[in-house]
Amino acid sequence: MTEKQMVDVFILGKKYSVPSTLTIMDAMEYAGYQLIRGCGCRSGFCGACATVYRTKGDNELKVVLACQSKVEDGMYLTQIPFFPGKKAVYDMEKIEPTAETMGEMYPELYKCIGCNSCTKGCSQGLNVMQYIAYAQRGEFEKCAEESFDCVGCGICATRCPAGITHFNVGLLARRITGKYIAPKSEHLDIRVQEIEEGRMAAELDELMSKSIDELKDLYNHRDITK
Amino acid sequence: MYTAEMRELIKKVEATRSKRLGHDFPRLSPEAKLEILKKNHPDYIESGFRTINLGVNKGEKVPLELANLIEAKSRIEMDKINLEKIDHDVDVLIVGAGGAGASAAIEAVKTGAKVMIATKLRFGDANTMMAEGGIQAADKADDSPAKHYLDVMGGGHFTNVPELVKALVQDAPEAIKWLNDFGVMFDKEEDGTMLTNHGGGTSRKRMHAAADYSGAEIMRVLRDEVRNLGVEVVEFSPVVELIKDLDGKVAGAILFNLETEEYSVVKAKTVILTTGGAGRLHYQGFPTSNHYGATADGLVLGYRVGAELAFADTIQYHPTGVAFPSQIFGALVTEKVRGLGATPLNIDGEQFVYHLETRDIEASAIINECKVNKKGINTPTGEVGVWLDTPLIDIIHGEGTLEKRLPAMYRMFKKFGIDMTKEPILIYPTLHYQNGGLLINEFGETKIENLYVAGECAGGIHGRNRLMGNSLLDIIVFGRRAGKNAGKRSKSVVIKDLTLGHVADYHKELIKNGIETDRVSPLLLPRYRHGADK
Repeated sequence: MTEKQMVDVFILGKKYSVPSTLTIMDAMEYAGYQLIRGCGCRSGFCGACATVYRTKGDNELKVVLACQSKVEDGMYLTQIPFFPGKKAVYDMEKIEPTAETMGEMYPELYKCIGCNSCTKGCSQGLNVMQYIAYAQRGEFEKCAEESFDCVGCGICATRCPAGITHFNVGLLARRITGKYIAPKSEHLDIRVQEIEEGRMAAELDELMSKSIDELKDLYNHRDITK
Repeated sequence: MYTAEMRELIKKVEATRSKRLGHDFPRLSPEAKLEILKKNHPDYIESGFRTINLGVNKGEKVPLELANLIEAKSRIEMDKINLEKIDHDVDVLIVGAGGAGASAAIEAVKTGAKVMIATKLRFGDANTMMAEGGIQAADKADDSPAKHYLDVMGGGHFTNVPELVKALVQDAPEAIKWLNDFGVMFDKEEDGTMLTNHGGGTSRKRMHAAADYSGAEIMRVLRDEVRNLGVEVVEFSPVVELIKDLDGKVAGAILFNLETEEYSVVKAKTVILTTGGAGRLHYQGFPTSNHYGATADGLVLGYRVGAELAFADTIQYHPTGVAFPSQIFGALVTEKVRGLGATPLNIDGEQFVYHLETRDIEASAIINECKVNKKGINTPTGEVGVWLDTPLIDIIHGEGTLEKRLPAMYRMFKKFGIDMTKEPILIYPTLHYQNGGLLINEFGETKIENLYVAGECAGGIHGRNRLMGNSLLDIIVFGRRAGKNAGKRSKSVVIKDLTLGHVADYHKELIKNGIETDRVSPLLLPRYRHGADK
């Protein structure tokens, strides 16, 4: 496969010729932009760089992360500005892990018309409508698993005719799962208590009283579990 | 998508795989480690450093790019700032909104303090979000804070500040519990036992993870919690200078609105710097795994008010950054990939170093194999790398393991046509972490009154090298400590008249030391052109 070296892209309506090997984000910088908004981790984790584009001759609007997608010839690009999304305020200590809780926090969940626009837009390829369905039914663990890789770019919410803020719904489901549904870690509670009661202190204090040479010797001969 | 040449080379990797399976490559002796470090590690390349000519660390060497920012003028024109017009009056100002900043905010709020966060980009836009591999804590029966302590000290070549390491390992299990109670979804067995792995240099499996979204999962939960608490967060507004009062105490900061280019004044009884690292300064021309905003701003701000730098001459190069494809050059390949059994191999498909040495040793060995032994693999864009045999993970742990435990990594390569469960990936060290920073004590304090530091901006905890999983840990442990202490302290602080006299003095010091420059700092944002200016 031979790659064309330069491609033409349109950034906010202006035409630029850029190397075809660049990501959309790099192409904007190549064109001379110094990014302030729409640029974050540059590795697909933070969701700051959701970008809308349409390719010449195609009427479909597509949305991707600018740091994770290569430029294509004839792309008309624009970045999503800061997108306001509804966030419910709650006290994790008082919240109850029931479907009613979710309904109180995000009642618009039940206005979902099943259009699947959220899923089609997802930059992470998640089954967004499915996790919203789980949230509606109070199946938090499933919702948590299905939404786990969400980076909160907000593309789903921009497309939802029911006004659902999917990424915040997923977040609440995950927090409820992490706190109330996932099994408790007994070894963790035991260790925290041991430390509080000072039972781990003597071993640590003894190490701290050693000279560097003694420490080095202990380190070089420490046993390492397989 | 690999080239035809690369696919031919992959056959050599496949040919040696069965012979390598089940045979651990020998670890290096302490002497061999020192030798490979000295010969290859960028910290030993003298031309990458120079001494700074003013301030509390005068005469000490730091990376060139950092020295240039330290020996620079303020961004603000002092006569345009009116310190009598206070835009925000708070008890605790937190500068930076990554994991350390969010942790500090939560604890500071608990003390009853009025808390405000100011941040350069968005809330949560930080290296924390990108931390993949995990967070260490000695919370299992075969482990102890003391064992963790020894690993941290050894990893840091015994240069770490012992009291800071003690705080780190002692608070670690509680930090995990704190996060778990907020709803962070750690990987667990069905009976609740945390899934833990080794990292380079650990003697026990104490690396807790949330798939390979560990940092993202922690960050999004902490951010949500800060929002639940109603803390005021001012985004796209970096601090460009700290303010003192007439006693010389730190007493606030000047914010710069990136979009309107207006300044505002924050009066604060205590200030916590949590601005993160320096990867985007690209020391010695290295690519970086860091967030766009990682430009060492906090180091510059802190230094200008007189706080001391510690270990500023030691940088962590993560052994496994992406070498190919070029679109994600420098992006992080989490150490967890090696933790799960993937091994580095040269062009002949031979292993040349144990896969779980500490990061500095592992990185040095990879540089050595490419630059000295010339056994690296060349990429079409002129880079060089070694293989990381990722298909081993599913072979060792069962099919589907890689996709389940490393979904982000799998997805990243898949987007560029590489299936890392079937083909090895190409890696080379990437600038990952600033081991040093502004020196703190175990309460998160600097020697400058009312100035606290936490997270990557703080120095002393990791000595000259940090182990995987201790960074996510330190942002929580020291973020919480700084927040708690700054919050309590703010109750008894009385601020006198505000001043920027220290900035004027700094400018005078520059002239006195013969430094004539137009450079201004902090840098705030890097500028990239991707070859357009050539």
